[in-house]
Amino acid sequence: MPDRITKKDYDIVVIGGGPAGLAAALKAREKGLETLVVETRDRLGGIPLQCIHPGFGIHYFKEDMTGPEFVYRFIDKLLSTDIDYTVKSYVNIAKYVSPMEKKLEIITPYGTEIVRTKTIIYAAGARERTRYEIGITGPNPAGIMTAGEAQTLMDMYGVMPGKRILIVGSGDVGLIMARRFVLEGAEVVGVVEILPYPSGLIRNVQQCLKDYGIPLLLSHMVISVKKRNGRVSSAVVVKVGENFKPIQGTETEIECDTIVIAAGLKPRTKLLESLGAQIDPRTKGPVVNEYFETTIPGVFVAGNALIINDYVDYAVEQGELAALAATKYVDEKGIRIKKPVKIILGRNMRLIVPQILTLTSDALFYGRVARPEDNVWLSFKEIGFKIPQLKVLPSIMIRQKIRLDKLKSIGTNALTVEVMPRD
Amino acid sequence: MYRVVVVGAGITGLSIARWLTRYKGIEIIVIDKEPDVGWGVTKANTSIIHPCHEENPDKHPLRSKLCLEGHNLWYKWVKELEIPAKWPGEIIVATIDEELKGLHKYIDYAYRIGVPGVRLIDREEILRLEPWVNPDAIGGLYAPTAGTINPMMAAIAIAENIVDNGGKLLLGTKVEDIVIRDGKVVAIETSKGRIEADIVVNAAGLYADRISRMAGIDDYSIHPRRGQYLLFSDRVDVKPSKILHTAPTPKTKGVYAITTVDGNLLIGPTAEDLPEEAREENTTTHQGLDFTYKMASRILRELPPRSKIIKTFAGLRPEPSTGTFIIRFHEKPWGFVEAAGIRSPGLTAAPAIGKHVSKLIIERLENIEPRKDWRSKRQAIPRPAYMAPRERDKLIRENPDYGWIICVCRKVSLGEIMEAVKRMKKIGVPEITLDGIKFRTHSMYGDCQGSQCRPHIAYLLWKRLGLQPWRITIKGDGSKYAFTEVKALLRGDRDA
Repeated sequence: MPDRITKKDYDIVVIGGGPAGLAAALKAREKGLETLVVETRDRLGGIPLQCIHPGFGIHYFKEDMTGPEFVYRFIDKLLSTDIDYTVKSYVNIAKYVSPMEKKLEIITPYGTEIVRTKTIIYAAGARERTRYEIGITGPNPAGIMTAGEAQTLMDMYGVMPGKRILIVGSGDVGLIMARRFVLEGAEVVGVVEILPYPSGLIRNVQQCLKDYGIPLLLSHMVISVKKRNGRVSSAVVVKVGENFKPIQGTETEIECDTIVIAAGLKPRTKLLESLGAQIDPRTKGPVVNEYFETTIPGVFVAGNALIINDYVDYAVEQGELAALAATKYVDEKGIRIKKPVKIILGRNMRLIVPQILTLTSDALFYGRVARPEDNVWLSFKEIGFKIPQLKVLPSIMIRQKIRLDKLKSIGTNALTVEVMPRD
Repeated sequence: MYRVVVVGAGITGLSIARWLTRYKGIEIIVIDKEPDVGWGVTKANTSIIHPCHEENPDKHPLRSKLCLEGHNLWYKWVKELEIPAKWPGEIIVATIDEELKGLHKYIDYAYRIGVPGVRLIDREEILRLEPWVNPDAIGGLYAPTAGTINPMMAAIAIAENIVDNGGKLLLGTKVEDIVIRDGKVVAIETSKGRIEADIVVNAAGLYADRISRMAGIDDYSIHPRRGQYLLFSDRVDVKPSKILHTAPTPKTKGVYAITTVDGNLLIGPTAEDLPEEAREENTTTHQGLDFTYKMASRILRELPPRSKIIKTFAGLRPEPSTGTFIIRFHEKPWGFVEAAGIRSPGLTAAPAIGKHVSKLIIERLENIEPRKDWRSKRQAIPRPAYMAPRERDKLIRENPDYGWIICVCRKVSLGEIMEAVKRMKKIGVPEITLDGIKFRTHSMYGDCQGSQCRPHIAYLLWKRLGLQPWRITIKGDGSKYAFTEVKALLRGDRDA
């Protein structure tokens, strides 16, 4: 368990020491690969370290745990192996030399390390959208931050960011943070959601908002802020009509000293883009095949860098699958794609991974619908495969495995995934 | 020994002070109400070093002269002070005949002012010079000398150079009155007490008219003209190499599209005249941002989607009622000097304004001689992520903080952040602010606008300097980053 880079050559370098990266490293080592984990922060663990609420591990460990409890299962295990890891370390440059060689320049507090590797698993997570990306205008005072920033302050460093808080976005992150603030004695004046329905799990709407009497403003958005003495003093909130356009004359001002933006995540792709990987405008992450391999051979992706997941368990699952794929890549000296099949988004599908199939393995699909719908088929059109769904929601990720023999029955080079009414 | 007090630590006041540090026998104090340098007009503008062919030499002879002289001085200053800069040239893009006809006069101005290389270019040449130009362009005007710098880095660099040369900065200090005795300036009253002075220079930007009134000068006023900007991610494809802008109007130089020295596409500004009292209204509006986006689409082949915007901001320019720079040495009261109404092209002209104003002062003082030990050079904070490995490793061996990248968007190390803190203390900032660190290191300046690294930076400042995160401010007074300890509200602490 040396917390150093001890070798010049690895079979696999995992970039990111969060759940997806840790799971990938453990699986890769189990399969006998020489493994290195690179983490930019001063410790392994990633985002779950700051998630002190329960809900972690329900699928993977069949236990309900907090974020730190969940991720330390992986950290403890990793520390008992001979996997190399390095913290406070940053992959500055990645170069594709050949299918079996990628060269990484890693900046660490003990100097620059140049490392060669056969494969990379990119598990660098996601970042949050900011006030500027959701079009909030006005001055630029203190007191506006993302939910993750507030969470880092509170639950990593014991710092209270505000007293009277408005939350923008009713995804699970926004809902959980609303409750978190109330539990520490702050007042949450409301959760503003642009959609006509909450974006988070129903369970969280009940347990985080309703149980604490926190108002939820659906079909509303924050259009600007006002300040007093350098700090936020209120948010200007407006009702939205169809196409999310503000309805004139519905502006109201909500007094608050802090605005917390929980308006969704974007996969981090900077290093992948520098390698030339294709980015999917829908997922905002890379285009991958069923091995979670990007368009750069031997460069795999897992976790929120691949697709924004509902559950950390999915990120772990993706990490393990990517590690198995990397093992196959190392063993077989590459994954050959003969006739790739393209995945087409059909009716009511907003996004999906993988976007490409090589038809050499089972495929695990993760996707999201565009709008809520009841009583539908999730249909994989060209192979005549469909699964009934009682309800589909954009906030609930669809996870569907399809076996290779089924996939191979396709006669074309495109597979349409669609949501069809069931009557 | 004479004491010169410069009011205003923006690019103008600092440039004046830098020139004055070249002489023996002068003590220099630069004073500003903000807790750091450059936080007024300097902070938010288009960052262009203009070629100066858009100045009318008949109407604004001094401004035209100072613009070109300033432009030429910047070549030297950016090298001496290690200020990020580039000189790609600019194109005014005309889309209708009327705009094209209007461009002819600039060739005449360029000739008379002495701006090199300005010429009309046809559509074909525009598209060859800059493929990102909108193909609807019908022609344009090319000025090869245009450049762009990072204005905040410039203000910071000049301030550090002033202090290295023995000048003093008094930040977070408000000027309340100017004391005049026997027709001469003798002191200023500030929020931190009286400062004796032989010369008082008014470079107070948006507040210059109010400072002048304290000295009994009441022949002009300043109103704010707001400019709103959109800044895109450094990872968008649209990256014009030339500086592009729409045809100028009487009010403005038009809307620009530039790739900044940091590699971001910047578009703007609007030109909105605000009432005199709105001097802190550097706020964005949906209307202003929509206008900017629309105008930029006239000159660019394509615009990145608005989802690629990482920051919107507004700056205020000080528009003088006289319409032109107000630069004068008053005999009544003697010793009161103005560099006021420094609107566009103020950034370009700043080094020349500094030279000009320092000359006005020096020629009225006795026994002033140039210093032999004047230091022209200032070094920038090292940026390990952008160095060759060997050079970087030397730095990391001396200080391992340079090997820990804290801000991943901009690749900024802890070493850079701590060096910025050291330099802030050296120039005398009254408190370490997160914005002060941002402007010096460009951490918290990338795609995520600090949402990932800011809490960690605040924590590390806490650990290293003992600054509790709930006392650190983003931009001074009232802008506390956080409130208190996490359990303080439940405990019912009174100061929470």
